[in-house]
Amino acid sequence: MSAALTPPLAPKRDRQLVLVALFGAVFVVGLPVANALGFVSDYYLNLFAKYLALAILALGMDLIWGYTGILSLGQAIFFGMGAYSIGMHMMLESSGKGVYGEPVPDFMIWNQVYQLPFFWKPYKYAVVAVASAILLPALFATVIGLLTFRRRLRGTYFAILTQAIAFAVWLMVNRNEMKLGGTNGLTDFKSILGFSLSSPVTLRALYVATAALLVGALLISRAIVRSKTGLVLEAIRDNERRLEFLGYNAAGFKIFVFAVSAALAGLAGLLYAPQVGIITPSQVGVLPSLEIVIWVAFGGRGTLWGALLGAISVNWLRSVLTGTYPRLWPIILGGLFMAVIMLFPTGLVGLAARARALVGRRRTGGPAAVAAPVEEHTA
Amino acid sequence: MITGLGGLAAAASGDLDLEAVARRLAAPATQKSALEELQDATDPGVERLLRALKDGALYTFKGRLVLLGDDGGLTDVAGHPVVDAQGQPVQLESGQEAVALDESLFGVVQRILERFEVFSDDKAKRQSAAFKLGTSGDPSALGVLAKALEREADRDVRVVMEDALAKLRLRSADPKDRLAAVKRLGASSSEAAVPLLKALVEQETDPAVKAAAQAALRDIDTFVVRRNIVGYLFNGVSLAAVLLVMSLGLAVTFGLMGIINMAHGEMLMIGSYTAFVVQEAFQARLAAYQDYYFFVALPLAFLAAGLVGLVLELGVIRFLYGRPLETLIVTWGAGMILQQGARLYFGDQTSVNSPTWFRGGLEPLTGLIFPWSRIFIVGLAVAALGALWFLLNRTYAGMKVRAVMQNRAMAACLGVSTRKVDAVTFALGTALAGVAGCALALIGTVDPEVGKTYIVDSFMVVVLGGVGKLVGTVVAAVCIGLSNKLIEPAIGGTAAAIYAKVAVLVIVIWFLQWRPTGLFAQRGRAAAETA
Repeated sequence: MSAALTPPLAPKRDRQLVLVALFGAVFVVGLPVANALGFVSDYYLNLFAKYLALAILALGMDLIWGYTGILSLGQAIFFGMGAYSIGMHMMLESSGKGVYGEPVPDFMIWNQVYQLPFFWKPYKYAVVAVASAILLPALFATVIGLLTFRRRLRGTYFAILTQAIAFAVWLMVNRNEMKLGGTNGLTDFKSILGFSLSSPVTLRALYVATAALLVGALLISRAIVRSKTGLVLEAIRDNERRLEFLGYNAAGFKIFVFAVSAALAGLAGLLYAPQVGIITPSQVGVLPSLEIVIWVAFGGRGTLWGALLGAISVNWLRSVLTGTYPRLWPIILGGLFMAVIMLFPTGLVGLAARARALVGRRRTGGPAAVAAPVEEHTA
Repeated sequence: MITGLGGLAAAASGDLDLEAVARRLAAPATQKSALEELQDATDPGVERLLRALKDGALYTFKGRLVLLGDDGGLTDVAGHPVVDAQGQPVQLESGQEAVALDESLFGVVQRILERFEVFSDDKAKRQSAAFKLGTSGDPSALGVLAKALEREADRDVRVVMEDALAKLRLRSADPKDRLAAVKRLGASSSEAAVPLLKALVEQETDPAVKAAAQAALRDIDTFVVRRNIVGYLFNGVSLAAVLLVMSLGLAVTFGLMGIINMAHGEMLMIGSYTAFVVQEAFQARLAAYQDYYFFVALPLAFLAAGLVGLVLELGVIRFLYGRPLETLIVTWGAGMILQQGARLYFGDQTSVNSPTWFRGGLEPLTGLIFPWSRIFIVGLAVAALGALWFLLNRTYAGMKVRAVMQNRAMAACLGVSTRKVDAVTFALGTALAGVAGCALALIGTVDPEVGKTYIVDSFMVVVLGGVGKLVGTVVAAVCIGLSNKLIEPAIGGTAAAIYAKVAVLVIVIWFLQWRPTGLFAQRGRAAAETA
């Protein structure tokens, strides 16, 4: 069942692809058709679009944390880069149609900015916005990776550093002088690529795109973890020193996986912003980064399905609980952080596997769940 | 009888016949000219009279002018109660109209009344009134100021008054007066006089005065530069102390033990709330000793945060030793619960009042104040550092702690209960955080999010300093504190603090390129695990 334990060098046509196809059939085709026929409301479709976009984010986190054992607390920055990129494009697309009729977004008028800042200008073009949503995070991650991994900054140091960077970015984005909308962020998007965002057809198309890209991201991630590179990544997680003694350049692999996870996060942001309609600094800081960790841990780290399942289920839980108990949500989330790590280190996927092992006699090759990864410490 | 008393009072106050003034004020035709004559009046009776006029409390009673007090009683212009022949207080007839003040003269009355504040009983009021008069540039205030200076006994207020007088005399027609004023302003290094002096240099015709003004400007300039440097350094040291105080606990839990305690910020929060709760309790029960609540709060904060830390260690962290990333997530979760718990219980924002003896500060140079609370935190940082150093390096318990951290197996073989040492050491770290939070409550707000603002800084300090070495933490705190406060003025603007913070973060990350293990690296259990 788990990708991690199937021999990566001898891929066989297993049930995994069938599952991916099934997943795709349900989410890419099934839900939108049901929506078009009126069985699923627009609201739920939009909600699922959000979950699926966040699932892409979780996939990236799983690649770097679940498979490679590097805890990056900067994923939300990459997500924000994607979301802000497309957000800026959409703001420009609707500028001139705002309350003030000025050629700059309305929030700039509030801050007495009447000239479009230079870094906004390229975002007039959709191609630039999409490219920057995916490539900018990857580039930023590469720079951070070059600065840290090559110098053997690892483990908790890396987590603390990325946390500090996330904090710094959050501080900056919050400022009005950054001309990114300050605390209010970017919102009030009207259209994307000329299609009105208030039309259910546009939203359905966006949903289909999100679901399809999620399946694509899943296939890419799967290809990575099943490749020889994936094996090296797991080796980094399980015993980096030994890997280095074997002559591997761990830093290169780490930078690669960090960049890929950042690109996935950017893609998630790109899809998230138009469908949710707002992106604020609060989605860019340290807490959102840590939340991604908890989705992955809850679903089951080190398994791609776990990341998907975790992102969707925790966010669904959040939608339900913030509606009924908004003040208790942080406590529930905090409790979830503790309970999952302490009691179910293998997450939902692990629980399911254990349940199956209890029920069925037949075991399909080794323990089904990935055990909590061997830690890097060598006491 | 009424007349007799009034007459006596008028004679006593000497320079002014209040009765006559009041009559002229009351008559619409003479109101304006009367007010003009009162421009530089200094008699407290005039103040009373004008206030009554402004508030509509001046009435005509049996042909004389009387003032209606807040308690409904009547007094004459000299402030004596008006009584009838039997000695009983008299009453106004109902429906009587107060003496009207012409609307166009309202501002004039207001201005004159403001001048009277230089005679106020409140020292701060006198000071600010004198300062205002000085900057007003209104030469008619000279008389009032000179009179106030004559009566003034307080040294600080005298200085302000002299400065204000000098500022006004800059406009004097007599060059000698101007020269004296310029010299006075130059000598007192008053920054507020700079625009006035500059204006003077522009217009001055007398060469001697002009030269003196230029020299005074230069003096003030060098003084301001010197003062700013001292100020930045003090700010830097004070920020360094804040950073040190909040990272000392982390230097123990993360530096020595290698535990990533993301709830460290919340331990600070517990300390802050302890200060708040103790303050509230004192207000309710021991109001007389309210100024001393802080001495109770400090040890209580130590105990409260230490206890929470102990529970956290025994309940959660001990199962995660050697798994730093898991510890990070779990402690973050614990932090979230504590934070939201505080929010639910205490509400969004509360604040702690500094004890009265804590307000104000030391003024080493004019216009530069070192607040006592900042000085206190510097002192606390040094004291806490000293105590921690002593505990770790000069006591038997500290030796056990160091032994366990350096070689757990060997320490266990020699009979040290490593589990117990772990728990107590962690609790010590969080207790230190509690003390820090209690102290920081004095200089900031107390809200559930304080932890968030401290945690990143604390970790940066410990990481930059290098784990396991107290001296590293100290040096890192000083470096980060000073560079922050020196970069801040270089950037300028409203958001300088934030940009400086970001800049320092970038510098720290850059620095860690060369020394990934920080300024002072140590070999040992913690180092092996985290690196």
